[in-house]
Amino acid sequence: MSLVYAGILSHAPGITGRANLATNTLVRDAFYNCLEDQRNEIEASGAEVLVVVAAEHFANFFMDNMPAYCIGIGEKHYGPVEDAEWLKIPKTSIPGAPDLALKLAKQVMQRVDIAYSEEWKCDHGIMVPLHFLTPNFDMPVIPCNINCQGPPLTPLTRAWRFGEALRQACNDQAEKIAIVGTGGISHWPATPDSGKINEAWDREFLEQLMNQDKQKLLSYTDEDVYDQAGQGGFEIRTLIAAAAAAGGKGDLQFYSAELPIFAVGCTVARFEISSER
Amino acid sequence: MSLYQAQKILYHLNRDEEMQQTFLTDKAAVLSRYDLSTEEYEALHSGDIGLLYVLGVNGQILMHYAAFLKVEWFDYLQLMRDGVDNHGPVRAGIYAMTAGGEQFAETPVTSRDPN
Repeated sequence: MSLVYAGILSHAPGITGRANLATNTLVRDAFYNCLEDQRNEIEASGAEVLVVVAAEHFANFFMDNMPAYCIGIGEKHYGPVEDAEWLKIPKTSIPGAPDLALKLAKQVMQRVDIAYSEEWKCDHGIMVPLHFLTPNFDMPVIPCNINCQGPPLTPLTRAWRFGEALRQACNDQAEKIAIVGTGGISHWPATPDSGKINEAWDREFLEQLMNQDKQKLLSYTDEDVYDQAGQGGFEIRTLIAAAAAAGGKGDLQFYSAELPIFAVGCTVARFEISSER
Repeated sequence: MSLYQAQKILYHLNRDEEMQQTFLTDKAAVLSRYDLSTEEYEALHSGDIGLLYVLGVNGQILMHYAAFLKVEWFDYLQLMRDGVDNHGPVRAGIYAMTAGGEQFAETPVTSRDPN
């Protein structure tokens, strides 16, 4: 078993870019402390490579050729693609793990159709997690993307299967691997409704996620998600994939809807690594 | 098809620093490469965030474009509201305004347990 850590975290650009606008500094700092704890847990796990299952926002892919799933197998990645001052993360390069990424991609392909890319630009969807989890940007990273932006979107059942396939691919590797899924729950980002959060919906979803309630997790429809959780809610695919990869119960370490300036319910959680995957 | 082109130019612009430099000095040269309607051309040429939002440009693409233009956060949100006020509801896509222009991004200070 080479998966040594699995968890989830939020990635909204306001988490770094609008930190100074958060009036609720107590909750903001508690959130940052939990993200630091997550970094420490990943380091303590001995993880050598970090796989980030993300929902990018047109940093690499557009509707001319939109993969449902893609794994980054390049030697280096670059980010942020956005204005660095806006995100408050300087532009940098991030080491990849090309040999391992290629092996993972080949094995995942046995179960799920994916694309791969040797050129990867990271937007806030990956840069914000890396800012907290490998602040020197020196840990090898394998980016994975699930299209959560340009409908039609991959079904949740396939996102679950992608997570399982990723896990099964990890099982055969010598390297110690950490996986994080990063996406929002309910949120209406990049609209005038930015900052709106459906806390009740979030908490119900997170309870199901922490309990590995596959049946309920996969029963959400895109129509219901759009209605109750906004278009940002489509990113639950990344969280579902992370849960599927882990296979074990989750531990919700942080959730708060009290930072609307970050435009998402801020979340940190870890999963037990089941030996049955 | 035209909205697709308006989004595509912003997709390219958002991720290509050389194109950004060209755009800042000669917008027409960049815009002429894309098959845009007159409304889209003018919105892109003038940096009309509100109209681009109403036209249905994907919000994430538009947000990154606004950041490139150095539009401050609350100004950016207001420009989208103004766009709806001036041009009507969002015409396409999944980034419609659904809360009647309500402001959500202010939050009171609280000491509640975050968990």
